[in-house]
Formats: sequence, structure tokens, C-alpha cells
Amino acid sequence: MLQTRLIPILLLKNGQLVRSETFSIHQIIGDPIHEAKRFNEWNVDELIYLDITKGEYNVQRRADHKSQGMEDPLAILDAVSKTCFMPLTWGGRIRTFEDAAERFTRGADKITLNQVLFDAPELISKIALRYGSQAVVASIDATGNAAEGYRVCTKGKDKIHEFSPVQWAKNLEDMGAGEILLQSVERDGTGMGYDTELIHLVSRAVKIPVIACSGVGTYEDYAKGIEAGASAVAAANIWHFKELSDKNGKRAMKRAGLNVRL
Amino acid sequence: MPEVAIVNYELGNLRSVENALEYLGAKAGIVSEPSRLSDCSHIILPGVGAFGEGMQNLKSAGWAETLCEHVKIQKKPFLGICLGMQLCAAKGTEHGLNEGLNFIGGTAERMPEDGHTVRIPHIGWNTLTPPAGSRMLAGLPEKPCFYFVHSYALTNPAPEFLIGHAHHGEPFIATAEHENIWCAQFHPEKSQKDGLRLLRNFIEMRD
Repeated sequence: MLQTRLIPILLLKNGQLVRSETFSIHQIIGDPIHEAKRFNEWNVDELIYLDITKGEYNVQRRADHKSQGMEDPLAILDAVSKTCFMPLTWGGRIRTFEDAAERFTRGADKITLNQVLFDAPELISKIALRYGSQAVVASIDATGNAAEGYRVCTKGKDKIHEFSPVQWAKNLEDMGAGEILLQSVERDGTGMGYDTELIHLVSRAVKIPVIACSGVGTYEDYAKGIEAGASAVAAANIWHFKELSDKNGKRAMKRAGLNVRL
Repeated sequence: MPEVAIVNYELGNLRSVENALEYLGAKAGIVSEPSRLSDCSHIILPGVGAFGEGMQNLKSAGWAETLCEHVKIQKKPFLGICLGMQLCAAKGTEHGLNEGLNFIGGTAERMPEDGHTVRIPHIGWNTLTPPAGSRMLAGLPEKPCFYFVHSYALTNPAPEFLIGHAHHGEPFIATAEHENIWCAQFHPEKSQKDGLRLLRNFIEMRD
């Protein structure tokens, strides 16, 4: 039986691990390489890294910082792929086919694309042709709610597009995306639980797997994402502030009747 | 010590296979020249991508004949992973009909889907039941769990191959093994401890 995936998302900004709230507040929480080793020891299903740095890198290296390669965020990929024998997905700041190719060469199994798909949608099929559809995760940031409807947005909420997440997800599937990573700006970092209506709408509209994200506050939220139609569940903040987040998350999913890899 | 050649035919993430073998203490190298296979004791054909392009790359770089010599005639331990397994079939149907290496016969065909609970690509961790007498899956738990990422799977391999099935909507072929030829549809190099154990079985294989 296919096991339901539980995926930690690690957010990177200027080479540091951060936590995020509503896509606008980012608080530094630690050293990305150290965290990856911790997840490997936990035997997690998969890791997603999202580099959310905007514009030029502004590296604030602390004098007491022991980690290396902070000037080059992809050095994290090099280090992680040497010790983590699990699937790695890398997203953020990928603008060209060459950007994607470099990430694959340095150890990524999949890449995720978001903003660039509005400017260069042909990038999906170009990458899929060379690396396969399964290597392309299309990320959708949604804003709105069940009552007023949803729109796709990028750059936080700076740019709101005419597409609904359902229309955009169908487009991305047609273009050759292998998975959809679905985020909600309003739920991000709030701990209110997933936007299950959004998940329901999008996963019903496409045949490819949908990874639910944004809003997890308790381990019980995961199963609600799957019930709403997602194929896998992801979260970011909860991994950093609770002990045994993997084991306890999986146990809650199992209690809810899901097959998980314990 | 085994010297493992990882065949580089310009598709997929080879680094992770090399990293896993090095972690296990094997001497492993990514090999881009078919003639280099003479220097190695074990061969891995990895790969992620499409059947047609994979086969085209194997042929144009001269891999197909050399692999056949080392695997079928010299019988060196061989492991096909994911697309590398599918390319061992007689043919594949991805983006048109293409001939494969034909180490194990059969066809690599698109898996059935329903778009709801059974979605393609089949992505994620899935359990399988090791067949009795499996050397590939020796020493693994009763229900080992591996990471899969694929849309196509092998059908109708030659009858002498020992088959391990996994389940996605319906059973499909996840492993095939016979003598020195082992194939895995999943990624042992991405399957944490169960995958590392399989790779250890492979590097310890002697004929």
C-alpha cells in the first residue's frame, strides 16, 4: 500500500533557516545543515527546501556561526545529499532551465517552480522532457477563503492573478507538472489548520498528487488535509517548535486511519 | 572491494547513487565512457526520465552493446534502478514504442490510474512483499518500504525472473531478479535504511 507522506518544509532566507507567517514575517531559527541531519535521523519521508530570499542575497554571517557555505545556499544541497538518503525537493529562485539543471546536478530529485511559471510557463515542459514530470513540482500560492473565493498570488500577496487556483492547477497539470504544492497565504504560520475547502477544490480538479501546506497547528490537522483530498501533507513551523514532530505527526495520522511509514 | 560503475547516460540524479554507495564503503564512480566498464566489478544503471530518450542516449554513446557484453556474457552483478529497470525490458511505450536493452524481456507500460486515490505518477513510499528466495531483498523486514517515483512499470518479464510486487490500485512489478541481473522500480538510494540494505546486498553479490 502507498503510504501517506508527511513532509517537512524548510524555509531558507539569505542562507538561514526561517519561520514564516502570512508570507511576510520571517524569523531566523537556525542552521539549515544541522536541521537536515536531525530530520535524517528521524527517518522522515521527504524534505522540501524553499529558498524565499528576495532579490540579492544579504548574508548576515554570525561570528560564532559554525556552519559552512552560507554564501552559497546550494551548498546546503551538496551537504544534505551526502548524508540524507531520502527524496529532496528544492524550490525558490529558479528562473531558467540552467538554474533547474544545477539543482538536479547538486542532489535535488525534484525542483519546485512558482512565480516563474507566469513569465515562462514553457519551463515546465522543458524540464519534464529532460528530467521527467515527476521531477517538477508546481507550487501554487492561493489567497482568499471559501466564502469569497480564491485567487492565485505571487510575491507574497503583492501580485494577485486573474486565475483561480483550480484553473491554474489544471493549466500546470496540462503543461506537465508532476505534483502540486498548494499553499494558502492567509493560513501560513497561523496554526489554524489547513484550508480544507481550498485543498478539496484543487485536488478534485487535477489527477496529479496535491501536497497540502499552510496552517498546521496540531498533528491532528494532517489527516484533515488528506480527508480533503490531498495525497501528501506538508508543514513548516511545527517541525521546529515541537519535540518528536515526525513520530508524533505520524502517530496522529495512523490514529486517524491513514497508512504511514513509521 | 567491489568497484561499482554508475552508468552516466545523461539522465537523472547520479550523485545520490554514488553518495549512498560511498556511505556503504564501496568504491563507486560515475562512468561516462562505455570502455571504462572493463575496470569495474559491478554495474548500476540508474535513471529518471523518459524511456525513448534514455534508450537513445544509451545507443548513441555506445552503451547498449557494451552493457550487453558485461551483463549478459561476462555476467557482472547488475542493478537497474527506476528508468534503468524499465530500459532492461524488451520494449517501452513511453512517447511511442521503443526497443529496450532486453535483459529481462517484457514491456514497460503506463500504469493504470483513476485520478482520485490512484494517481499517476505513483509517488511516495510503498511497501512490498519480498518473494521467497529473494537475494536482493534478503535481510529486510517482512514489509520493506521504498520510495517510488514513476508512471510506467514492467509487465510480462521473462519467466525465469523472480518478481516482487507492490500495490498501487492493483499489483505491479517492483523488483525482478535472476542470477546477476537485479532490477528495482523504486529508488534504493532514496529509501533510507531499507534501501541502503538492498544496495549492501548488491555490492556483496558474487557470482
